[in-house]
Amino acid sequence: MKNLLQSSLAKFLTIAGFALCASFTANAQTMDKDDSIYQGLGKKEGITKIVNDFVPMILADQRIAHFFSKIKKEEFSELLVAQFCELAGGPCQYKGRDMYESHQGMGISNAHFNALAEDLQIAMEKNDIPSSISNRLVAKLAPMQRPIVSK
Amino acid sequence: MSHFISGGISRCTTNTKHKTSKLILLVSLGLGYQIAHAQASLTPDMGKLTATGGVSQVEGAGGGGLTPWALITGYGTRDSYGANIHYTQANTQDYSLKTYGAAIGIADRVEFSLAKQEFTGSLAPLNALNLQQDIFGIKVKLAGDAVYDQAGWMPQIAAGVQYKRDARIGGLGALGVTSVKQLGAKDDRGVDYYVSATKIYLAQSLLVNGTLRATKANQMGLLGFGGDKKDQYQAQLEGSIAYLINRKLVVGAEYRMKPRNLGVDNEKDFSDVFVAYFPTKNFSVTAAYVQLGDITIFNPKTQRGWYLSLQAGF
Repeated sequence: MKNLLQSSLAKFLTIAGFALCASFTANAQTMDKDDSIYQGLGKKEGITKIVNDFVPMILADQRIAHFFSKIKKEEFSELLVAQFCELAGGPCQYKGRDMYESHQGMGISNAHFNALAEDLQIAMEKNDIPSSISNRLVAKLAPMQRPIVSK
Repeated sequence: MSHFISGGISRCTTNTKHKTSKLILLVSLGLGYQIAHAQASLTPDMGKLTATGGVSQVEGAGGGGLTPWALITGYGTRDSYGANIHYTQANTQDYSLKTYGAAIGIADRVEFSLAKQEFTGSLAPLNALNLQQDIFGIKVKLAGDAVYDQAGWMPQIAAGVQYKRDARIGGLGALGVTSVKQLGAKDDRGVDYYVSATKIYLAQSLLVNGTLRATKANQMGLLGFGGDKKDQYQAQLEGSIAYLINRKLVVGAEYRMKPRNLGVDNEKDFSDVFVAYFPTKNFSVTAAYVQLGDITIFNPKTQRGWYLSLQAGF
């Protein structure tokens, strides 16, 4: 009787152990996707607030406003939110055109690119985003200089 | 046209004194070609991000406070140019170093700088000490981009020269010294050559720089070049690390190795900790606490003190 109990207990513990292990692994897999930038930006709500400050800024920025004369503000803002959200590791998917296609032939220079990056930094500052988070988002945007800048 | 240019260059190079002129001419021609091709604006575009031109280092080049960085001074992007003037004062217990100058960065590719250093003493027997040095610097960015290359390992790399000339040595009349050569220096003018690699790790809010300098300069050249102990080029390592607190505020530390060529000076490495503030793209202020080691055998005290630097430009 004692042996039966022991072996049952052993089996139970082994199965429980595997189950726990499996659940940890599953959690780890969903935790693998680093969304710390997304969290730091205030999730989708926070990103939307930032974009709502950012878009009027670039439309008023004499250095780059002329590039945005034909955009539809709401549609453009939605695309930006999706793009930043995805880049920041959030549960979004950017479904717009790629950076090369959407900026082709516009004659964008490094100065234009930097002006936009600066406006974004200021918009994030306005929303009290810590610099460490803001810099991490800009780090993800920096590689876009290649396809966007044509001048 | 090319005959005219090559004729001009060969006339310029008949005399070794004009080696510098040849270098400047070649660099300017190369730049002119690049700018013409990029349809550059003649008006400064102030297009770089805040703080990405660095500040002015003690010899006038763009970089940190003690060492040149691979960043090109000023806010002009590759389609434009930027320039600035700076004034720096460092005061330790027994000495004072004042440097001031101007620099220009062209097409985010080439940098020219001109600076004057004045080193004075306040403790006997060096209380009337007054050393002056003029420094003309040229820096060329060779590869990489510290701001845009965030995805890879590649740093921004630049190479530079600093042409240095002792302009004055005063206050050592009591010792009968009117020239640095009487202190053991082999020459009162010299050239430093350096390579810098700068990387900005935006994701960590960090800037890291390493500079390798070939030099014969004693105390940066203030006590001449080469010495009675050693008279050959030696490689010196200089490093900076900085943390980007926010868009306008940077703190960091630097270290600069120094050679020891003179019997009268057990020259020591320089180091500092600094904070640099960039309220606008027209102005920056850098405050630091510096350690300059002991300077000459006449004063064994390790020199420490405050450093303040102002840069104004575009």
